[in-house]
Amino acid sequence: MVKGELGVQPSGAGRGEKLSPVLRPFRAIGRETVALVGNLGAILIFFVLSFAGIFSRRQFSETVSQLFYVSATSSGIVILVGLFTGMVLGLQLFHTLVQFGSANVLGTAMTLSLIRELGPVLTAIMIAARSGSGMAAEIGILRISEQIDALDTMGIDSVRYLVSPRLAASIIGFPILTAFFDLVGIIGGYLTGVVLMGANAGPYFYRVYSSATTADIRGGFIKAIVFAVLVSMICCFEGYYCHMRTASSGAKNVGLATRAAVVLSCTTILVADYVVTSLLM
Amino acid sequence: MRTPLIEFKDVTKRFRDKTVLDKVNLKIYENEVTTIIGKSGTGKTVLLKHIIGLIRPDEGSILFRGRPLAAMNRREWREYKQGLSYLFQQNALFDSMTVFENVALPLVQTTSLTKSEIAQRAMRRIDQTELSDAAHSYPSELSGGMQKRAALARALVTDPAVVLFDEPTTGQDPIRKNVILGMIAQYRRRFGFTAVLISHDIPDVFFVSDRLVLLWDGTVGFEGTYEEVLDLSHPMIKELLKSLEGLQDEVVGLPMKEAFRSCYAPLFSDGALAPDTSATRLTIELDVEGAVLEREDAAAAMGAVAAHMSHRLSQLGGIVVRCAGGDILALLPHTTVEETNQLIESYAEEIKEQAGAVLTRLAGKNPGPAYSFDFRIKAGVAQVSPEDDIDGIAAKAASGQRVIAAFQGGRKGEGQQ
Repeated sequence: MVKGELGVQPSGAGRGEKLSPVLRPFRAIGRETVALVGNLGAILIFFVLSFAGIFSRRQFSETVSQLFYVSATSSGIVILVGLFTGMVLGLQLFHTLVQFGSANVLGTAMTLSLIRELGPVLTAIMIAARSGSGMAAEIGILRISEQIDALDTMGIDSVRYLVSPRLAASIIGFPILTAFFDLVGIIGGYLTGVVLMGANAGPYFYRVYSSATTADIRGGFIKAIVFAVLVSMICCFEGYYCHMRTASSGAKNVGLATRAAVVLSCTTILVADYVVTSLLM
Repeated sequence: MRTPLIEFKDVTKRFRDKTVLDKVNLKIYENEVTTIIGKSGTGKTVLLKHIIGLIRPDEGSILFRGRPLAAMNRREWREYKQGLSYLFQQNALFDSMTVFENVALPLVQTTSLTKSEIAQRAMRRIDQTELSDAAHSYPSELSGGMQKRAALARALVTDPAVVLFDEPTTGQDPIRKNVILGMIAQYRRRFGFTAVLISHDIPDVFFVSDRLVLLWDGTVGFEGTYEEVLDLSHPMIKELLKSLEGLQDEVVGLPMKEAFRSCYAPLFSDGALAPDTSATRLTIELDVEGAVLEREDAAAAMGAVAAHMSHRLSQLGGIVVRCAGGDILALLPHTTVEETNQLIESYAEEIKEQAGAVLTRLAGKNPGPAYSFDFRIKAGVAQVSPEDDIDGIAAKAASGQRVIAAFQGGRKGEGQQ
């Protein structure tokens, strides 16, 4: 791929023209809109090329290595956050439900909250912060040190070599970690709701078991996969094109790309969560 | 008429409002070292990146064996790219991979060779670039010169037809600069590729170049041989020659023969040349078996010997200049050929002792497996006549060269003749 083929910058057309103050905001909005649409198109092409690269030869070992990086190294923090999220949720829900005499539905509330929403969203945010930032920084450094150019000069498709394994690893790793998060969260709810606050363990686990339907679990996994694609694509895209930033250069661009990758990933996760939830309802 | 391997036709490239290349026309021929020189910011790297396809021209076309790159289909483009290698200025080695993994990467990713075949080919190149001991080290654990060699091994592992070198000597010390340029010339002879080189290291780079291309204000100011460059009346060439006159070679402390050409031309032109003027050409050769001496050490040893010889000959009123890496030419007025031969013979023993001491000391720094080195100084003496030019004198003296001193060192550092 030729450098800069996909990256789109705000158009400079008409920048030097004199425009009345009333029209200037419209020009700015128009310019940003064109840049946004261009970037969306670029990231879509980036995704298509990356996805196609997953199925090419010699990807297995690199995908396994990235899976370890995305999943195994993030599992500790995901479990920790899952445990405390479950514990807080258990505590809050117990106090609320007791007021209505419904403490026995604690298991249902915990399960549905975690499987449908909190599990996929918080897991994705945790991985974006931990592994996504790493992806953006690593690819960004490869870019500024000309190692991506080196791949291209060697006839190696840099998107296939660098991005496809990360995308594949994310698609596999996000649902697995989401499942861990859900499980640990339910255990956290048990620790506070049952062990600490004294709710009955039997109804808790019965509700956990009986409340979650296949559709809930499937929905949770669909969200996890959507978030995996978004996070890995945003982070890899930001790193891959960090050299296109014109305001600064070099290591500063890598820093900016990493920051943008995490912020954009987290924001996109929340927006996408709403969209996917609406579609699944 | 020769068909160029790569040809630029009216290539223009702009970045925003700045025109970096402006209708560049350029020919690169097969099996030659073409060096692109020019001031910083004249678009040398941009030009090189056009060849490898990292940048595409805004206007004009680039032809490979007469076929425009832009008209190539996917298969042709892939084949074209497979024949090219690019040595980056900063090496662009993958720092998370060992030297072996770096060198093997192009083969792993772009060929269907088996693991053992890949290992064999990668190790062969690593051995040839004298990095066997560092094969499993990471780039950050290597010296600058070793990193350059690792990058060169990676660039050559696919047996490319064309290798593009982007400022291979930038940031290197004077000794390493000469070592790297020598390495390029040596490997080009050994592996037979076409080389395109960007360098600021004037005049050292001239010794390894077959053709020179001068980029000037975004266009090709000149392309031709080194001798043609010197005859050219171009503002940059004038600047260049002016700088050469005062240039002292950084390694051996000797002026270049260009200084000789300009400073001592009157000796030849107005009959001022003494009737008994002779010239001697000394060539210092060093072959090292085993990784006991770094190239830098070898260059330092040669530099020390060259400096010693230069000192001795200068004491006699000789004019001493450097022709190439380990090649010295001395002009001795009022000294006959016989007298010069006797002088050279008398210096042979002390040179041998000095070289032996330096090499043994350097080799002793690196205790390890068996090694040997073979050090020789060859000398040729010729009569100089007023109609001779500097190149003619150098060639005459070279034709009668014989070994005047030799020194062989072995595992225990025991010197023997």
